[in-house]
Amino acid sequence: MRAPDTILPLTTEALGFAHGGQPILHDVSLTIEAGPPSVIIGPNGAGKSVLLRLLHGLLAPSAGRIHWSGIADPRPRQAMVFQRPVLLRRSVLANTTYPLGLAGLARGERDARARAALELVGLAALADRPARTLSVGEQQRLALGRAAALRPEILFLDEPCASLDPAATQAVEAIIAQLSAAGTKIVMTTHDLAQARRLAGEALFLHRGRLLEQSPAAQFFAHPATPEAAAFLAGALVW
Amino acid sequence: MNDLSAAFAAAAGLLAGGDPAVLGIIGLSLRVSLSAVVIAALVGLPLGALLAVARFPGRGALIVTLNALMGLPPVVCGLLVYLLLSRSGPLGSLGLLFTPGAMIAAQAVLIAPILAALTRQVLESYWEEYAEQLRSFGAGPWRAIPTLLWDGRFALLTVLLAGFGRASAEVGAVMIVGGNIEGFTRVMTTAIALETSKGDLPLALALGMVLMAIVLGVNAAAQTLRGAATRWAG
Repeated sequence: MRAPDTILPLTTEALGFAHGGQPILHDVSLTIEAGPPSVIIGPNGAGKSVLLRLLHGLLAPSAGRIHWSGIADPRPRQAMVFQRPVLLRRSVLANTTYPLGLAGLARGERDARARAALELVGLAALADRPARTLSVGEQQRLALGRAAALRPEILFLDEPCASLDPAATQAVEAIIAQLSAAGTKIVMTTHDLAQARRLAGEALFLHRGRLLEQSPAAQFFAHPATPEAAAFLAGALVW
Repeated sequence: MNDLSAAFAAAAGLLAGGDPAVLGIIGLSLRVSLSAVVIAALVGLPLGALLAVARFPGRGALIVTLNALMGLPPVVCGLLVYLLLSRSGPLGSLGLLFTPGAMIAAQAVLIAPILAALTRQVLESYWEEYAEQLRSFGAGPWRAIPTLLWDGRFALLTVLLAGFGRASAEVGAVMIVGGNIEGFTRVMTTAIALETSKGDLPLALALGMVLMAIVLGVNAAAQTLRGAATRWAG
């Protein structure tokens, strides 16, 4: 099933991160396997975004370690989409080909791959538009398509729908589901429980910098094992 | 009052008639200042981009120095370049003093810090925005420099125009290192200074009008570019 040179599963051992003497994450040990999306949930300030950045290698852990499987270099096998998409001051197409150029793809292949990715996110018709004139929803779709064009084995998404309206959220979720179905491992954060229920294969519950639960989504949402998770689910539901 | 209007009429006549001496002065001005902008850009743009992305000891001091040099008085710049290029100076053997080459060098020295400092300001804000995403793509600060220069292309063109405006309007540096030699190193600003002191107002006014037209053109171009930059920056 799995490619022999896969970088998954990803495991962390007692991962910790502090910033300016302020502890943000403690003792996070987890295993991320290939399969349906892993959704990291928890209240604001729980450390969700920091955890994603640590896993992606944008931050260096102050304790513990991160281990990728296999012998392949994990760096080029992952991609990340940020809460606020960072788009270059170029056309939609040039935004999509840019990381492909960094990855060393030949010019012709860059173009073909980028156009296929734009097709996937429904932006093919806007390929020549300046990227930063797109609507917020289109910008987030472009960021997703740009990441998808890299064909990562694992894709980190930090609150991908945080500033989107329901229609744009639906479009982004459809793309995420499609990427996941095509075999890309999705690891995303969200504070939107309804979205977590729709997308999650497994749920990781972060609370005050600690990973309190990691369990299959159905089980987590029906029977949270910790009082904190139960309170979070109940609070969010009441609200 | 009559003198003034007569001077304006004579100036218009000089320009309309395509007086070869006037055209020569205008041509040399443009050649010197444009060459200076090109040379200063080759140094100032990469230096500004480097300062925007690199973190090293002494970076803060370098930025303060560059910002201070933006206000370098042209006569002081001219004096320094004069000392370098004079017969007994370290670069005296080049024989550049009192040639257009020396004027280009002096203006390039004058505006390179301006280009570097403004480039740094523009690109540092871009870098703050891009850094994390570019690192996610596997691009470090070195690889980011050409990316930032390209993404800042419209803003940087206005920076170049600012440099050109400063170079074409200054008189002190080219006067000192060029010597205002008729037909050889006389440019618009030095000619205006000389002709005014001689009382030849029509020529001074004619050149002044051309200089103003250039400044206006530069600003109009900068305005247009700002529009384009906004369009691409969203």
